[in-house]
Amino acid sequence: MISLADRKMAAHLSYGRVNLNILREAARKELREFLDKCAGSKAIVWDEYLTGPFGLIAQYSLLKEHEVEKMFTLKGGRLPAADVKNIIFFVRPRLELMDIIAENVISEDKLRSPRDFHILFVPRHSLLCEQRLKEQGVLGSFINIDEYILDLIPYDGDLLSMESESAFRECYLESDQTSLYHTAKGLMTLQALYGTIPQIFGKGECARHVANMMLRMKREFAGSQTQILPVFDTLLLLDRNVDLLTPLATQLTYEGLIDEIYGITNGYVKLPPEKFAQKKQGEGGKDLPNEPKKLQLNSAEELYAEIRDKNFNAVGAALSKKAKIISAAFEERHNAKTVGEIKQFVSQLPHMQAARSSLANHTSIAELIKDITTSEAFFDNLTVEQEFMTGVDTDKVNTYIEDSIAQKDPLIKILRLVCMQSVCNNGLKQKVLDHYKREILQTYGYEHILTLSNLEKTGLLKPQTGTRNSYPTIRKTLKLWMEDANEQNPNDISYVYSGYAPLSVRLTQLLARPGWRSIEEVLKMLPGPHFEERQQLPAGLHKKRQQGENRTTLVFFLGGVTYAEIAALRFLSQMEDGGTEYIIATTKLINGTSWVKSLMDRLETLPF
Amino acid sequence: MAFVTANWNPLGEAFYRKIELYEMGWNLRDGLRDCLVAAAPYGGPIALLKEPQRRSPSARPQLEIYSSSGVSMASFAWKSGPVKQLGWTVSDDLLCVQEDGTVLIYDLFGGFKRHFSMGNEVLQNHVMEAKVFHSPYGTGVAIITGAFRFTLATNIDDLKLRRLPEIPGLQGAPSCWAVLTQDRQSKVLLANGVDLFILDNTACTPVTPPGLSPQANSIVHMTVSFSYKYLALFTDSGHVWMGPTNLKDKLSEVETKVRTPPRQMVWCRRPKSQQPSVVIMWDRHLLVAGECKDTIQAGLSTVAVSVLDPMFGYHLDDESVLVPELDGVRIISGTHHELLQEVPAACEEIFKIASMAPGALLLEAHKEYEKESQKADEYLREIKEQSLLGEAVRQCVEAAGYEHEPETQKSLLRAASFGKCFLSNFPPEQFVSMCRDLRVLNAVREYTVGIPLTHSQYKQMTVQVLIDRLVYRKLYPLAIEICRYLKTPEYQGVSRVLKHWACCKVQQKEEADEVIARAVSVKLGEAAGISYSEIAAGAYECGRTELAIKLLEFEPRSGEQVPLLLKMKRSQLALSKAIESGDTDLVYTVVTYLKNEMNRGDFFMTLRNQPVALSLYRQFCKYQEQDTLKDLFNQDDDHQELGNFYVRASYQEGKLEARLSLLQSAVDEYNKAKNEFAAKATEEEMRLLRFQRRVEEEKGERVLGYSLQDTMHCLLAAGLHKQAEQLYKDFRVPDKRYWWLKLSALAEKEDWDELEKFAKSKKSPIGYLPFVEVCVKHHNKYEAKKYVSKVNPEQKVKAHLAVGELEGAAEAAIERRSEPEISLVLSRCSPATDSAILDRLNRARATATKK
Repeated sequence: MISLADRKMAAHLSYGRVNLNILREAARKELREFLDKCAGSKAIVWDEYLTGPFGLIAQYSLLKEHEVEKMFTLKGGRLPAADVKNIIFFVRPRLELMDIIAENVISEDKLRSPRDFHILFVPRHSLLCEQRLKEQGVLGSFINIDEYILDLIPYDGDLLSMESESAFRECYLESDQTSLYHTAKGLMTLQALYGTIPQIFGKGECARHVANMMLRMKREFAGSQTQILPVFDTLLLLDRNVDLLTPLATQLTYEGLIDEIYGITNGYVKLPPEKFAQKKQGEGGKDLPNEPKKLQLNSAEELYAEIRDKNFNAVGAALSKKAKIISAAFEERHNAKTVGEIKQFVSQLPHMQAARSSLANHTSIAELIKDITTSEAFFDNLTVEQEFMTGVDTDKVNTYIEDSIAQKDPLIKILRLVCMQSVCNNGLKQKVLDHYKREILQTYGYEHILTLSNLEKTGLLKPQTGTRNSYPTIRKTLKLWMEDANEQNPNDISYVYSGYAPLSVRLTQLLARPGWRSIEEVLKMLPGPHFEERQQLPAGLHKKRQQGENRTTLVFFLGGVTYAEIAALRFLSQMEDGGTEYIIATTKLINGTSWVKSLMDRLETLPF
Repeated sequence: MAFVTANWNPLGEAFYRKIELYEMGWNLRDGLRDCLVAAAPYGGPIALLKEPQRRSPSARPQLEIYSSSGVSMASFAWKSGPVKQLGWTVSDDLLCVQEDGTVLIYDLFGGFKRHFSMGNEVLQNHVMEAKVFHSPYGTGVAIITGAFRFTLATNIDDLKLRRLPEIPGLQGAPSCWAVLTQDRQSKVLLANGVDLFILDNTACTPVTPPGLSPQANSIVHMTVSFSYKYLALFTDSGHVWMGPTNLKDKLSEVETKVRTPPRQMVWCRRPKSQQPSVVIMWDRHLLVAGECKDTIQAGLSTVAVSVLDPMFGYHLDDESVLVPELDGVRIISGTHHELLQEVPAACEEIFKIASMAPGALLLEAHKEYEKESQKADEYLREIKEQSLLGEAVRQCVEAAGYEHEPETQKSLLRAASFGKCFLSNFPPEQFVSMCRDLRVLNAVREYTVGIPLTHSQYKQMTVQVLIDRLVYRKLYPLAIEICRYLKTPEYQGVSRVLKHWACCKVQQKEEADEVIARAVSVKLGEAAGISYSEIAAGAYECGRTELAIKLLEFEPRSGEQVPLLLKMKRSQLALSKAIESGDTDLVYTVVTYLKNEMNRGDFFMTLRNQPVALSLYRQFCKYQEQDTLKDLFNQDDDHQELGNFYVRASYQEGKLEARLSLLQSAVDEYNKAKNEFAAKATEEEMRLLRFQRRVEEEKGERVLGYSLQDTMHCLLAAGLHKQAEQLYKDFRVPDKRYWWLKLSALAEKEDWDELEKFAKSKKSPIGYLPFVEVCVKHHNKYEAKKYVSKVNPEQKVKAHLAVGELEGAAEAAIERRSEPEISLVLSRCSPATDSAILDRLNRARATATKK
């Protein structure tokens, strides 16, 4: 039972080169099956972290159809009263959550009619957690303990995300490879639905580990192979730490800027409401909404799909062009003379009205962003970034950074810049590094010594070692800086950062043509091994490529990907003679701010 | 062949036939007399318990298990309590219901598996009667106790005992009862005299069968059909009432003229047949009763047909048992095993005397053809003229499926094959699959295997289940042959059988571990998707740990090996396998296990050799056991992390002294780690804290816990310039930052005099533009203007603009001949601007651009 509205919601997943809706449907089916296993009315107790990712799979209407009557957020103490037969906990397998669940179960009112308890682990069942429940003496209280394998969530027509915020931190800082295991499992699920991917390329330690696990899992499941014609030709696994530079830079695409400035979470953005205030007559000015305006952003919205990946400087023109088209369409009504013509016009009206409101929304967003991008502060910051990326004075203490610290600008901004300088200089001179660190500690507090230590451990910040700075070589060989980036009608991926071509995407581009062999030297300068593996296809499933048919490559960013990188890959897909279309997968959609934040050690300091 | 119809009896619209399945291989001295018998449906095994009531310890009753052909599979003396009922589960396990309500479960070969109890009430009041039944939910047991209460378990594998409500007005035992499955629920239907009740979980509902003969005073026997759809009642007046179980109408009522309560009564129906009929058995007499309008009565010894009777009968030479099947009834006696069923329509069409059905003609044509007679052509022509050849072939194929004798099957299939030659584009699937099915069926019907399945039963139970049944009987070679013959995917077929074989093999105690491991690996080597861990678990269960470990090495899924390795206390091995699998949860599980099992020193050593496990454990400790984390770092001499650890810990301390002492530990560790910077920074931090405390004590200014910058800001804001100055010097704060700080602190305080003094104190390291901008920010243009003249030429334009002096800005820009600056000033001009300035600007821009 899929409601019509819901089907419409997910339509944008089906339009891409690969129908990702199959994956979503599989996930929904499994959810329905679990819900039906718990017969009767139910209440769901949510691990709050999961609600966002679940929103991409199922709306409340689906849950309601399966007798979910109430929803609560998981917290300690007694569960709220609800006259339902089943209580289902939707949780990540985390020990601290198990303790809360145990508390809920123990403090359940014994006098009321008993409710059945169930647990649904997302994305995977955990023996460790079960053990904890057992120690707490509540394991026996659960009728069903199940797992809901939700590794790769379809995020858009060409985009899959695991929505795992801490993946980069876990892998590169804490040597916890849990998310890589989930990645490998997710890729196995994907292959079960879309066929074995014959070629695997990779760069980086984590990529190697994931590929190894995939090959092992394939051996383990020998004999249960699905006979599906492969949809993907190639899988490219990329470690985020192969390209630490890109996420640090400020994204300059429309979508990238929305994310940089307002933050996109699980496909939604919250915007300041003022620009969206509906001007209604007689209500006066006092009723300005104070609730942030929440908008869903994906390719289901025609206009957004058109402008999301453009450089922001090209968005204005696109919007005004669109405005003309729409008003011209509305003008058509004057030409409609016959009944037939009027009918035709009316039938198009809903679509046109949707387009008009979409245009209004994006005009407002673009105005909001423009206020920021035209500010001096934004300009100065961008100038420094571009200096670093082009290799200007990266070995000296930067005055702008110093001044920003002195004025106590947000710490994350400082960290982004310092890390960027370090990456572009392949490490900072000890003196320079120590100076920055001291400035930061004295200004923002000594507790940040732990955050700095984390940044050093992940290589974002490092002292220069004896070797020569390899960044200029990498920049030149891979053409990471393009002086004459065309923002309006791009001819190269560098348009997404107005000059800087994201290293990760350049690697992807070069893999397709002419192949990595041509850049062996540079690959060796980047961290981690690079490799190629082939997976044997069952007989009879070898694709016969039609002439002119594009190859499909799945690019998996282990540790996160930015919207600008996605835009660059989409640009490559659309290139006329590109020959390759890209589907993107990642552990999480990130930007410099969210990324650096995830690496910070935020201490809960006890006050004196 | 010619006498195919010899054993047919007509009843109503249909015929019934009795086929001999086997001459029983067993040798029972007293036949089935005084025996408790249970025969499983679908040609399943037969269990016999002789004289179940005999209780003397010297002569224990014997429990015997046979195949349907009477081949012995197990025999042992019954040593437990008195048995009330035997029954088989859907997976061929034997249930023995004891008088005290204990149910013991045995496998096909008499091996004890487990037992369970039907509850206290049953234990106290004893089992009066028990029934084993099957439903979509599995095998169930229903019991009526000496207190006339029912207890029911719908699925013995997921035991949930239900005590059914009391029956109002029930004084003694009900005259008869049966279990129904209705609305996804198991219910009991019982008769008390002539009253019928349905008992479900919550209520006891009286019901009335429509049109039950008024002569009846009591319902003495009842039976429910295989599908639970139909019900038959036998009354003390000798009437048999037949109808659907929902009791909405009546199908038929037959007067048998026998008033003795029957020994057994079962439905005899084939799916989709319109004909209702039940088989009723008394001591030596068997009666088939059907529809009333046309009935058959039989004499006592031989079959005699009287057209008007709604029934016919057989004489039984021997004590017998009826086993209902979905398409007939099996009759087992001390010597024979027969199948009684309604003759399927296809067979009737073909074999009925003088039948002109297309199938019959085709069979005849083929016979003539084999005799090389031209009549073959005549028959064929006759069929073809009516365009019924396709139909004829289909009929022959279908009928072959219903026939038990391979000879008959063959002649029908040959006829079909012959007919097919004269058809083009006839789809071959039905013929091919029938040939395959019959080959399998004949193989399992074979005397030594003894599973007399009919084709309908086979289709209903599926190949999968048939393979399972063969596996339970340890007939591995036959099972594998069938899988290969039917080309079942390895995963579900051969591999599954081999796994069962291996599980059985590992139990052979007399063979050495080496030999078994080798035998298993050789046999299973090629097969895909074998779960070696399950086999290993089997070996471990019968105490063969070494063998289990050897077998586990064949398991490709390292994750699967872990639980068993832990169980066998091979934890080190389990750890490396868990790591190999990449499943971090599994690694955690083993680590927790190791932690409880080993002493701390060994545990740490083990982790040290497994970096993956170590880092995971660190993560665990970080959230769960901080102290252990410290020990771990200590063990590794990881002074950097220890330093970080103490820093982290220091922030959890609300007392200054405690925090300082932790920070001192951090300093020591950082020094050991040769991290000079961190050591110094932490020392600085301690110095700052002490300073802050002093300030708080002396000046009452709350600054404890602030950053250095914030502390200085605070002090400046409070007018404690000396103290701020001291920090600036002591902590070697760069001039630039200090100037920025003091500038904004004073501006915030609006201490303009002090600011001016500060600006004049020496040359500003940050220039004077910030002075202008900060003053403007605090809405004091007057003060701001004081600094404009001091701003260096490069920033002068900006400074002028900041205070709103367009003219000054224009002057400065023109002087510098800088095109962007001139444009900047121009962009700030408004229509109100002096046009002279505008002109000058434009001119200057023109020259600047020309250059």
